Amino acid sequence: MAAKTFNIPTLMQGLPPHTACQGCGHGIAGRIIYEVIEEMGMSSNCVAFHDLACGANMLFAQKGNGFSGAHGRAIPTATGFKRTRPDMLVFSYAGDGATYSIGMQHTIHTALRNENITAIVVNNTNFGMTGGQMSPATLIGQKTTSSPKGRTAELNGNPIDITEVYSGMKIAYLARGSVDSVANINKTKAYIRKAFEKQMAGCGFSFVEIMAPCPTNWGMTALGSIKRMQDEVLKLYPVGEYIDGGAK
Amino acid sequence: MAERAIMKGNEALAEAALRAGCRFFSGYPITPQTEVLEYLSWRMYEVRGHMIQTEDELTGLHMLLGASLGGNRVLSTSSGPGFALFHEGMSYLCGCEIPAVLVDVQRLGAACGGIGVSQGDYEEVVHGGGNGDSQCIVLTPASVQEEVDLVQEAYDLAEKYRNPVIVMTDAIIGQMMEGVTLPDFKEHDINKYDWVYRPLKTNEMGKINAGWPGRSWTEQAKHLREKFASMQQNEQRWENVQVSDADVVCVAYGISSRVCKEAVKKARAKGVKLGLIRLVTAWPFPEKAFAEISKECKGILVVEMSIKGQTVPDVKLATKCGLSVYGYFSVDIVPDADIVVEIAEDIIAGTAQEV
Ligand SMILES: Cc1ncc(C[n+]2csc(CCOP(=O)(O)OP(=O)(O)O)c2C)c(N)n1
Ligand code: SF4
Repeated sequence: MAAKTFNIPTLMQGLPPHTACQGCGHGIAGRIIYEVIEEMGMSSNCVAFHDLACGANMLFAQKGNGFSGAHGRAIPTATGFKRTRPDMLVFSYAGDGATYSIGMQHTIHTALRNENITAIVVNNTNFGMTGGQMSPATLIGQKTTSSPKGRTAELNGNPIDITEVYSGMKIAYLARGSVDSVANINKTKAYIRKAFEKQMAGCGFSFVEIMAPCPTNWGMTALGSIKRMQDEVLKLYPVGEYIDGGAK
Repeated sequence: MAERAIMKGNEALAEAALRAGCRFFSGYPITPQTEVLEYLSWRMYEVRGHMIQTEDELTGLHMLLGASLGGNRVLSTSSGPGFALFHEGMSYLCGCEIPAVLVDVQRLGAACGGIGVSQGDYEEVVHGGGNGDSQCIVLTPASVQEEVDLVQEAYDLAEKYRNPVIVMTDAIIGQMMEGVTLPDFKEHDINKYDWVYRPLKTNEMGKINAGWPGRSWTEQAKHLREKFASMQQNEQRWENVQVSDADVVCVAYGISSRVCKEAVKKARAKGVKLGLIRLVTAWPFPEKAFAEISKECKGILVVEMSIKGQTVPDVKLATKCGLSVYGYFSVDIVPDADIVVEIAEDIIAGTAQEV
C-alpha cells in the first residue's frame, strides 16, 4: 500500500493553530470540511457561516470567506447569502445547542423549504462554549452543569435525534458521521462531500451531523472521551446515511 | 420615465424598494404591514428577486443579513410585536456594519396591543434598537409619496454608513391610498462595494466578519463614535413650517405632523402664530431645526399619538431645556387640528400645563 502523507488543506496553512481545546472534535471536523472544499476545487468560491460558539474557533483557522453571526442563526444567514450568490458553496457550521435549541425553528423550516444550502452540525451533546450545560442532545443520565445529577426524561425531557425529526422530509441529504475513529472520519468526509455536491447540483437542503467529543466539559481525557463516544453516544446516535434524495 | 399611480402606503413602499434595486425580502405577516409582504410575494419574482416568508421576524433579519453580506439590497418590514423580534438582528447589522433597510409600521400599545394607528415605538426604534451601543438611522415619512422617497434614500444612507436604516411609519400612512410619483428602476450591482463577500481571486485572503470587532474595543469605539458623529452632523432632516415668528412651535412626525400642518393654517387664519417642526429623521434628531425658533416663542407643543410623549426628552435636549414644553398625546385617536390650536392658545395665555 502506498504511504499516504498528511497534508493540511491549503486554506488552513500558514495560520496559528486553532484555539479549540486539546482533543476537541471541532478540529477534525473543520479540517475534513476544508479538505473536501479543496478537493472539489471550491477553496476560492465558498463561504462558511459559523455559530459564535466553540465552532467559531475554526473560523479563524482558515483563510477563506467566513462569517460568524448570532448564536443559532447561521442557517438563515447562509440562506440569505446563497439566494444572493447561488454559484458559491455555502454552508453553516454550528453546535447541537445552536441547531436543536435556540435555532430549532430554522432547522425545521429550512428543511421544509428544502433550501439549497448545507448545514453541518457538530454534536458534542452539550453546550461547549458556555461551560457544558445540558443541550437537547444530552443523553439520559449524562451529567452536565445544568443537569448535575444526570439528565432524566421526567425532569428534562428526552434527547433529540435529528434523523427522527427529519424522517420522511423531502430534503436532499441527511447523514450522521463521527470523529471517533479513522474509519468514521473517512466516512464523514465522504458524507460532507456528497452534501456539498448535492448543493452544487441544486438538489436542495443537505445536512450532516458530526458526533464529536468535548473532553473539557465531559471532564475526561481526550482518549476517555473517545471511549465514551464509542460506548454510549454512538449507540444512541448511530453513524450512517439517512436520506439520500434526488434532484429538487 | 417616472410613473404616476394611486397606491396604498405599504405597497408604494414595497414598489419603491424594488425600484431602488432591492432584490431580497424576508419577513413575517403582521397587521398593519402585511401588504408589503403580500405585494412582494408576487412582485419580487417579476423582478427576479427573492421573497421568503420566514418562520418568524427574527429569522427574517438574519436572512437578510446574509443576503446583504452578498451585496444584495435587502428589506424587512414589521410592526410592534414583530418589530420587537428584530432587535437581535439589528444589533448584528450594527455590530457587523452591514447595510439594510427595515420598516416599522407602528401599531397601538404594548404587548399585542391593537392593530390601529399609534406612535408608541419612538423610544424603542430611535433609542433602543438592539443591545450594545447599536444605533440605526430613523426616517419618518408623513405621506405615501414620502414613503417612496425615503425608502430610496434609505438604501443610499445604509450603504454610505454601512449601517441599518429604519423607516418608522404608522398604520395610517401604511394603509391609506394617495397619488404618488414612482421613480425609475435603478440597477444595483452586487459587486459594488469591496466589503461584500464574493469569490476570491488567486491568493486573495477571504473575508472574516464576526459579531465582535477584529480590532481592540478602543479602536472600535473611536471608529463608531466618529461614524455616529458624522451621521449626526450630516444627516439631520426636517421640515419647518412658519417657525421663525411663531409664538408656539409644534414638534411632530408622521401622521401627527400632517394634522399639525393643518393646525398651523387654522391658527394663522385666526391670528395665532403657530409653527411646526416636522421630524424627517428621528435619529439623528434634527436639532438644527430648532435654531429658527425666535426668542419670543412661548413654548413647544409636542403632538404625538402615544401614552408617554416619547419625543419630549429629545425636544428638551435639542432646546437645552431652554423652552417650556407642552404635550398633546392622543394615543389611539388621530390628533385634532382644532385641539392643537386650542392648546396653542392656552400656552400663549399661560394657562397650559408643561410636561
Ligand atoms: C442569544 C444568545 N443566547 C445565549 C448565548 C450564549 N451561548 C453562546 S454559545 C452557547 C451554546 C453553545 O453550544 P453549542 O451550540 O452546542 O456549541 P458548542 O460550543 O458546543 O460547539 C450559548 C448558550 C449567546 N451567545 N446568544
Ligand atoms: S469546550 Fe468542548 S467544544 Fe469547546 S473547544 Fe473545548 S472541547 Fe471543544
